[in-house]
Amino acid sequence: MRCSARRIWGLLYRHITLYRRSWPRLIELVYWPVLQMCIWGFTAQFISSRMGSPLVMAGGLLLAGVLLWEVALRSQMGVAVSFLEELWSRNLGHVFVSPLRPAEMVAGLIIVSMLRMLAGVLPAIGLAYLLYAFNLFILGPVLVLFFANLMVMGWWVALGVVSLILRHGAGAETLAWAVLFGLTPLSAVFYPVTVLPAAIRPLALALPSTHVFEGMRAIVVHRELLWSEMGWSACLNVAWMAAAIVLFARQFHAARVRGALLSIGE
Amino acid sequence: MDAIVASGLTKRYGRGPLAVDGLDFRLPEGTTVGLLGGNGAGKTTTLALLLGLLVPTAGRINVLGHDMAEDRFAALQRMNFSSPYVALPQRLTVAENLRVYGHLYCVPRLEQRIATLAGELDLGPLLGRPVGELSAGQKTRAALAKALINRPDVLLLDEPTASLDPDTADWVRGWLEHYRAESGAAILLASHNMDEVERLCSDVLMLKQGRIVDRGSPEALIARYGREDMEQVFLDIARGRKPARLPA
Repeated sequence: MRCSARRIWGLLYRHITLYRRSWPRLIELVYWPVLQMCIWGFTAQFISSRMGSPLVMAGGLLLAGVLLWEVALRSQMGVAVSFLEELWSRNLGHVFVSPLRPAEMVAGLIIVSMLRMLAGVLPAIGLAYLLYAFNLFILGPVLVLFFANLMVMGWWVALGVVSLILRHGAGAETLAWAVLFGLTPLSAVFYPVTVLPAAIRPLALALPSTHVFEGMRAIVVHRELLWSEMGWSACLNVAWMAAAIVLFARQFHAARVRGALLSIGE
Repeated sequence: MDAIVASGLTKRYGRGPLAVDGLDFRLPEGTTVGLLGGNGAGKTTTLALLLGLLVPTAGRINVLGHDMAEDRFAALQRMNFSSPYVALPQRLTVAENLRVYGHLYCVPRLEQRIATLAGELDLGPLLGRPVGELSAGQKTRAALAKALINRPDVLLLDEPTASLDPDTADWVRGWLEHYRAESGAAILLASHNMDEVERLCSDVLMLKQGRIVDRGSPEALIARYGREDMEQVFLDIARGRKPARLPA
């Protein structure tokens, strides 16, 4: 157990040291969440100023949606990009012949992802308060559940992306940035799920994020906490995470059979 | 006692030809064995199989009493590996890299171990420098320190002196001899440098198209082929010439 914790710390130390020595990486962590928040914040401010008080709430919904969605995005990229860092530095061979177990590697990547997400999203939350007087924490303690569910969703999507990189090589690395963006329309981040065409609603409801955002809107609009939405989100996360772990384990084994761990690249 | 026992070791990638074809060999503790062969002979595949990076198509590998199919992490804890084709993170300093791998291998009294290695491998002035800023020879020493961070009982080396100047290469060879003698470790060395093989290896496995086509000590092979050095033996085997004398 002690050695397992040390191996996870070893991986964590590698990434913390990398970020400490690379200011462009540090800036990149904060850049996108803050940029998104600014674009949507000014948009929300403009709509509210032109169309009156009913849309002030809509502005708040937009900002809350942006900031919460960044939690999922940054969590997913945190895992996927940290894995890609090993690939880019041609260091995967050393990592995979060390006693680091795949589960420990995933645990290390998840902790790195949490740190990256907090480093990116917390400044954006602070700026939203300073620029637009929008306080995300008015959502209350349930915010912890929103964060947790969106982080877990980011992790299982990232495990899927890493599995695809193991299967298809670095050619699949653009998925690290693209996959979760592609799920944005289905996640009903900025509008209720009922806005979506009926045919694709089941797809949207199969995503944990959709239930988080439905729950978020219920709190902001009706001051109502929908535990059922939180329950759905958590259960779906468990199911998707289990599927992602199976996929990752299979692709990792398949990579060892094919020799992909030796030659993973373009 | 044997540090590595490989039996019937076979690897085929997809539907291609056999990359490794039924290898049987043992690597006794305290010895250095050379794995020789031309490009595509199966050296890298063999090393990858021994390290658990690859799953064999058939056959078994036992390292330090652990079956690699069942219990590879227990074996990996006591093994290590170095190759010029696998890099260390370039932005991290030498000391930071050694700390990362020290933690991954759960090395006790890590800072003391790093200081010892820095002294032995003359890395002291380089500990605070990013690996990306080092010369090829300095990188090789840093990689060697990484490979020795856990005092491995089995050390697998892929061309440890490739692209080094003769002085640095000689120094690395001397250090490997010292480490084997001092630790009793088993070293498996894949190399294209025949002088290196003659100097370091007590035994040699000659690979061709995934098969062991000859084996023996460098002296025995040189005598068997009626040649003056391993370079000529290597060329004989690569070009399909038969030994002048049959093995005793």
